[in-house]
Amino acid sequence: MADAKADPQRKPSSSEASSPQTSSPAASNSTASGTGNAPTRKAVPEAPRTLTPGPRQGPQPKTKIEVKDLQFWYGDTHAIKGVTMNIPAHQVTAFIGPSGCGKSTVLRCLNRMNELIPDTRMEGTIRVDEQDIYADEADPVMVRRRIGMVFQKPNPFPKTIYKNITWGAKINGYQGDYEALVEESLRKAALWEEVKDRLHTSAYNLSGGQQQRLCIARALAVKPDILLMDEPASALDPIATAKLEETIVELKQDYTIVIVTHNMQQATRVSDRTAFFYVGELVEMGDTEMLFTRPSDEKTDAYISGRFG
Amino acid sequence: MPSTDTLFNQRIDSRRRRGKVMAGVLFVCTILGLVVLATLIVDVVLTGAPWLSREFITGFPRSTAEASGIWPAIIGSLYLMLVVAAVAVPLGVGAALYLEEYARDNWLARLIQININNLAGVPSVVYGILGLGVFVYLFGFGNSLLAAGLTLSLLVLPIIVISSQEAIRSIPQGVRESAYALGATRSQVIWSHVLPIAMPGILTGVILSLSRAVGETAPLVLVGAALAINFTPAHLLDEFTAIPMLIFQWTEEPGVAFRELAAAAIIVLLAFLILTNLTAILLRNYLEQERSA
Ligand SMILES: Nc1ncnc2c1ncn2[C@@H]1O[C@H](COP(=O)(O)OP(=O)(O)O)[C@@H](O)[C@H]1O
Ligand SMILES: [Mg+2]
Repeated sequence: MADAKADPQRKPSSSEASSPQTSSPAASNSTASGTGNAPTRKAVPEAPRTLTPGPRQGPQPKTKIEVKDLQFWYGDTHAIKGVTMNIPAHQVTAFIGPSGCGKSTVLRCLNRMNELIPDTRMEGTIRVDEQDIYADEADPVMVRRRIGMVFQKPNPFPKTIYKNITWGAKINGYQGDYEALVEESLRKAALWEEVKDRLHTSAYNLSGGQQQRLCIARALAVKPDILLMDEPASALDPIATAKLEETIVELKQDYTIVIVTHNMQQATRVSDRTAFFYVGELVEMGDTEMLFTRPSDEKTDAYISGRFG
Repeated sequence: MPSTDTLFNQRIDSRRRRGKVMAGVLFVCTILGLVVLATLIVDVVLTGAPWLSREFITGFPRSTAEASGIWPAIIGSLYLMLVVAAVAVPLGVGAALYLEEYARDNWLARLIQININNLAGVPSVVYGILGLGVFVYLFGFGNSLLAAGLTLSLLVLPIIVISSQEAIRSIPQGVRESAYALGATRSQVIWSHVLPIAMPGILTGVILSLSRAVGETAPLVLVGAALAINFTPAHLLDEFTAIPMLIFQWTEEPGVAFRELAAAAIIVLLAFLILTNLTAILLRNYLEQERSA
């Protein structure tokens, strides 16, 4: 496996130091084929400890989201044809690929947004923190609170900045201090300084980039631990984009982030890992640097060198 | 390569001329409609205005034009409007919400939709016959305010459903999606976002349908609204009259005086409609401001 070799180079995530033996390289680095995760993981409880005493190899980041054999249909359109992937905690994972290849569809399966679209069907399993989010007892409403989403077009509610942030908390029965929540969320989204004096004015008066960061703040206010973003910068100018990217990189300390982007520079700037999709399949997934410098699949190579898409 | 000047026979002058002719024709259409309407209104106002007085507004219908007033009809029309607002608005908005937010796109939903669209085009006499059969006789409400109000409610229900549906449909999907993505339930999305954002559009439909209900005569005649009564309705099952009924009756009376009185009643009806619309427009503007604040 190409990306298994890349593992030692990856910066260890400080917050994950306690779980060196829970994930083998295979567990956190499944490729499109996703071969044999489970057996490998069980077979090596002792091995890493004896083989790698120092921090050089480092602990593997914990797997946050585990997608297995995901298939998805819009009516008769078979949009996703078997995707298996593991998304590590506290990292930014980028989904790239030509338009229409299913990036958004996979992303929206991760927080059960797709089931709001009539006449669709999904197969396969998605586990978040080892819990099946499509299990009978899993409530989509609870799933979506834990897994926030930011959309392509900034879409604040036609309300004040303040109410944009508090609404999600309120409907979820938030018991804490709302003023503090608003400030905290806006600070995390790097918007506080710009709007603190006009919290009670319409969110529509903000610029596009500010609106998008407000949408991030709004998503953060319900205290998710995963943030899904579907081309969040595609409607923004370069300066707003740069600011947004900064924000994303900041956020990964506290959140697991999955970002769909059609902009490959953006993927290299913000992401730790990248997944390349092509016509409904996951072609390759690995460390961003590896994937862009030494892709193991020729389709990936063709795409990143601009030969199609 | 041929020059582009020879490739296109642009006929720019004749195209311009045609454009001008078109604009002229459309302008005449607009003016014609307006002129006819203005003539009608001016005629009515000139005829009826001298009859407008406090006694006319607060009086009761009598056997002579000079002694007649319109009070019970004003009250009757007002009550009718309230019944329609109380019955048709919640039913219509509810149906629209169901069709847009809950119903799956299956044959049943499509059948209902086609029916609603067709019902909007059914002549009001037909509703009158329905009201007579169902509300007056079957339910035994008699020739009452309730029977007439329910009949008019049925009449305007399709208008309210369709205009509410349009208002709901025009809400950007992104608003719903982002609300769902925060962990909202469907009813939370509807109460916090769909209804408030659609409200101005819904109100427009409500204004239209209330105006329509207040101006209708045929269904009232059929469900047996009284022509001239000298009391105002005290409860829902009471007899009543309405402004269009008095207009209808007074134009039938012999003598010029009653016909002029009918014109005065038309002025009152117009004022009534303007007031209704004004209220609703103010309410709509207020809601729009609330929303963007
Ligand atoms: N709501 C939908 N209804 C029907 N087909 C859809 C819908 N959304 C996406 N698709 C189809 O599914 C495929 C994957 O789409 P999508 O996930 O949006 O791709 P991407 O985000 O990579 O551009 C495309 O062929 C697209 O046409
Ligand atoms: Mg997409």
